[in-house]
Amino acid sequence: MISANLPAIQVVLPLLGAVVCAFIQRGVWAWGVALVVSVAMPFVAAGLLIQVLDGGPVSYAMGGWKPPIGIEYRVDVVNAFLLLLVSVIGAIIMPYAKRSIEKEIPADRQAWFYAIYLLCLCGLLGMTITGDAFNIFVFMEVSSLATYSLIAMGRDRRALLAAYQYLIMGTIGATFYVIGVGLLYSMTGTLNLADMASRLGDVQNSRTVLAALAFLTVGISLKLALFPLHVWLPNAYAFAPSMATAFLAATATKVAVYLLLRYFFSVFGTVFVHKLQPVLEIILLLSLAAMFGASIVAVFQDNVKRMLAYSSVGQIGYITLGIAIANQTGLTGGIVHLFNHALMKGALFMAIGAVFYQIGSVKLDDIAGIGKRMPITMGAFLIAGLSIIGVPGTVGFVSKWYLVLGSFEHGWWWLAFMIVASSLISVVYIGRIVEVVWFRSVSAAAKKAKDPPLSMLLPILLLVAATIYFGFDTSATAGIAGRAAEWLLAGVR
Amino acid sequence: MVSGLYIIVAHGNMIKKLVGLGLFQTSVYLLYLSPGKILGGTPPIISEQFTVYSNPLPHVLILTAIVVGVATLALGLALVVRINESFGTIEEDEIFAGDADE
Repeated sequence: MISANLPAIQVVLPLLGAVVCAFIQRGVWAWGVALVVSVAMPFVAAGLLIQVLDGGPVSYAMGGWKPPIGIEYRVDVVNAFLLLLVSVIGAIIMPYAKRSIEKEIPADRQAWFYAIYLLCLCGLLGMTITGDAFNIFVFMEVSSLATYSLIAMGRDRRALLAAYQYLIMGTIGATFYVIGVGLLYSMTGTLNLADMASRLGDVQNSRTVLAALAFLTVGISLKLALFPLHVWLPNAYAFAPSMATAFLAATATKVAVYLLLRYFFSVFGTVFVHKLQPVLEIILLLSLAAMFGASIVAVFQDNVKRMLAYSSVGQIGYITLGIAIANQTGLTGGIVHLFNHALMKGALFMAIGAVFYQIGSVKLDDIAGIGKRMPITMGAFLIAGLSIIGVPGTVGFVSKWYLVLGSFEHGWWWLAFMIVASSLISVVYIGRIVEVVWFRSVSAAAKKAKDPPLSMLLPILLLVAATIYFGFDTSATAGIAGRAAEWLLAGVR
Repeated sequence: MVSGLYIIVAHGNMIKKLVGLGLFQTSVYLLYLSPGKILGGTPPIISEQFTVYSNPLPHVLILTAIVVGVATLALGLALVVRINESFGTIEEDEIFAGDADE
């Protein structure tokens, strides 16, 4: 009974949890509810992944209406993997959240914060699990609206501006997405993604379908902060509460990447690969621009959260690069990097959030020498940073390795060179933080800092341990990512 | 559609930007509704006198989209109110000029 209804539970539980949190009004109790819900999610997702790996895609008719008339929840290897990623990050971050939120959010708003957090989780999981184009839009807006309010809860008043800016950009992105879906619907007469893919063949020469492809690509690219549509991201990440930043950086953009994968390979890929080719070329160029441009901008930032945010834009470039390479190895690299980047960026933002918790600032000048005061936190930061660079033995190396192999397979040796060259830039900005943190004398602000309480330290260490573990044992992540890539490419004829 | 986008880009006033956003979204609703109408079709209520019906699905979708649009607009306006409280202005140029020194 329960195992048959897992797809519904995955989405409905956080939704109910959010309502309960909103009614409770007491910060600690709301945290408890959010904790229980978030910890339950990975088990549901793992159950789904096991079902999918054993028995192929799971189709769930929401409300008992049979697809393609009703809304179908469709789980295959790709989104089961994503569901697991999002829910695991959501669960790991919750113990960390309590202290961090108590410090950063006024007591009367804490319950609301958790309610909105659960709504955001619900939206992200919903976007991933559903097989209905319009349903994706609805969940996209659930998660986006929740994200705007999460960001606006930051202590700095500029958080409001960041949230407003994101609201404008995000809504334009979502509306572009709706236009794309509308055009596709008018051509195919269906909103079910699988059904749409099978009917696109009849209308593949229509200009409307091409326009739909363009609108969808731009709309989703806005959500995933593909260079140059990333302008909302640095401010949003820099001024949001630490916990929200860590959660969003690790999950929100990843889900948007998944949408791009889904549309490119499962919907459009089946009928016109040759028309997809120019789009992939554009994405290749933009990914390269992100890898270099955003990373170079990151070098010159003085606010560490901002620096990491720009680094995120650069890292998303690697993921989309995997999409653009579009062969088995390259795509595996992209999907693995999606997972790996979530791990390491989550760890980095949580570590820097712990610094903020202790000294109330993340400016480079203020955190000088803090490595001597918070050795464990900053040690974790160092390891996650090395992983961003792509040092062997960390997850960052694994995904770049696959990307390089993929570009060789394609005969693009210059691309392999570019991947390595852009990694060198990340050496510069990570190196800059490391130098300040470990080798400068202790600043006035950092004098009294010490490692944060265990509830904050453990989640950070857990993620860092995962970056090392999956750096050595790649069979789980790369194996599943490989199967996901295979599954996506199987759709492309 | 385009005029809505233009307003968002061209105006520095945050309320006007939201108006532009609303215009943009509303025009997309119309984009959905217009192909739903079938010439000579009646409202989709089954009756023996009629055989051609308009497609009701776009209307249902847009009903959802309108709700989403209302929520977005409400949140946007709430943010503008808060921005006005803490910055004392809702003109983007003035805010950025004041914040440059930070």
